[in-house]
Amino acid sequence: MSAKHTVKQLEDIASQVRRDIVRMVHAVQSGHPGGSLGCSDLLVALYHEVMDYQPKPFNMVGNNEDIFILSNGHISPVLYSSMARAGIFEVSELATFRKLNSRLQGHPATHEHLEGVRIASGSLGQGLSVATGIALSKRMNNDPKMVYCLMGDGELEEGQNWEAIMFAAHNKVDNLIGIVDFNGQQIDGSTANIMGLTEIKDKFEAFGWLTMDMDGNNMANVVDTLAKAKTISGKGKPVLIKMKTEMGAGVDFMMGSHEWHGIAPNNDQLANALAQLPETMGDY
Amino acid sequence: MVKIEILDQKDTRSGFGAGLLELGRTNPNVVGLCADLTGSLKMDAFKKEFPDRFIQTGIAEANMIGMAAGLATGGKIPFTGTFANFSTGRVYDQIRQSVAYSGKNVKICASHAGVTLGEDGATHQILEDIGLMKMLPGMVVINPCDYNQTKAATIAIADYDGPVYLRFGRPKWPVFTAPDQKFEIGKAWHINSGNAVSIFCTGHLVWKAIKAGEILAEMGIEADIINIHTIKPLDNEAVLASVAKTGCAVTAEEHQMNGGLGDSICQLLALNNPAPVEMVAVNDSFGESGTPDELLVKYGLETINIVEAVKRVMKRK
Repeated sequence: MSAKHTVKQLEDIASQVRRDIVRMVHAVQSGHPGGSLGCSDLLVALYHEVMDYQPKPFNMVGNNEDIFILSNGHISPVLYSSMARAGIFEVSELATFRKLNSRLQGHPATHEHLEGVRIASGSLGQGLSVATGIALSKRMNNDPKMVYCLMGDGELEEGQNWEAIMFAAHNKVDNLIGIVDFNGQQIDGSTANIMGLTEIKDKFEAFGWLTMDMDGNNMANVVDTLAKAKTISGKGKPVLIKMKTEMGAGVDFMMGSHEWHGIAPNNDQLANALAQLPETMGDY
Repeated sequence: MVKIEILDQKDTRSGFGAGLLELGRTNPNVVGLCADLTGSLKMDAFKKEFPDRFIQTGIAEANMIGMAAGLATGGKIPFTGTFANFSTGRVYDQIRQSVAYSGKNVKICASHAGVTLGEDGATHQILEDIGLMKMLPGMVVINPCDYNQTKAATIAIADYDGPVYLRFGRPKWPVFTAPDQKFEIGKAWHINSGNAVSIFCTGHLVWKAIKAGEILAEMGIEADIINIHTIKPLDNEAVLASVAKTGCAVTAEEHQMNGGLGDSICQLLALNNPAPVEMVAVNDSFGESGTPDELLVKYGLETINIVEAVKRVMKRK
């Protein structure tokens, strides 16, 4: 793969995306900063480096394009910022997040026709099935491109995921790369306490998937692992990447706890957060 | 009363299977998905002729609906098949978020609806599905009355871009509509013209309404009988024109009173032209095991129930 950006350039984009996230959530005093910050490196890597797609004009079907499906829709701020910073829609529209008459709904939706969003998500556990369906349509069309699907770790408690995990392996859906954001946190506490997942790679492997580890907050490792995932795809098995992240990554006081899953920073906290995140592309 | 001839006895689900097979031959984007009920849904012929466009999902309806949304995103026209209970109640949130809210071109095709499923009993006899589906913004809801109408509806919905719920049933049933009819979504079929009472009927109970019309005609009561195959969008014009003429209405369906066709008719009339209505439907009850005929009698869904409802409603004019 010929690199479009250096790792440093991608890290700079991720810094701007993190600024966008805390500013968007602060502006409406609602939203989910923790998981969004944790997944910033992944989404920047996908939308700015790894995925082969046409940012404009947006085409819903996406023939001959790599496609990303966000199953854990509550981390919509990172999706919106990553897409806007990639030129899919105007960066200025980030200012409308969660406001009346916005295309940037609290959870991603196709209903308002925001470019780049292909399915509504928010009610958890549905994205992997949708991604599998898109992967099947690509297979029927002899389209060689990939489908990526991000899920939360707590989200794996939803049973529908396991229907899709079983189906994709049985049907050799090998143009599908699932990524689980393994931050170990969910709303009521740690995943270990709420519903222990034990070793998720063992579970996926038992279902017939290939698995990989990734350090989701190390840009070089993210880019490298996604490239490797692609090279082991297409051989009869779907691929699962266990992505270790820190909820709140990039903002020290938001890290290491589930407390920042779904609350917004106040003015002082915003200033503190922004001081830790260099403005690299200009705030919206 | 116009004379309606029985052409044959066939199950409506076979009309779906025949329509799907024809679509397979004419529309390369049509894909079939089934959750381990291929024979019951009469999807075998499609599966055999188009193995690359048939997806066996196993007993995993939530994943089936989600994958259908994904296939539609990828430009396909997915037709999902399972029993009506597992097509709706079991997967309501998947349909709500991934199909209806996302505006996906998914056709949810549901067999074994209502008490005429018979001996399997109430776990499988969903009587709430029309209500569940019609509540979803943008969802089209169709409940055809016989084999030919089901086949025609199946073919017609492939040309409509958006989510559709198509409901049909298990038992062999009189075939009485034209074999090569053109099905128009949302356009009611005016079966008989009369001035005494409007009878709005859907699904299996259309045949019962026709038989009731014959009995009423012998009593000198000419009923305006209208088949509402599309419950949503409702043919408001046909309903209001009929009741403007008759001044009262009876509704007939194999569904709960709550949320069904009768409920839609009552809402339309209350808002536009209040008139007395009697509803032939299941009254806040689950079904049970029995033969289809026994169950139709026990749950008040027979010809005689329609006749009695007409007598009651005419007294209220």
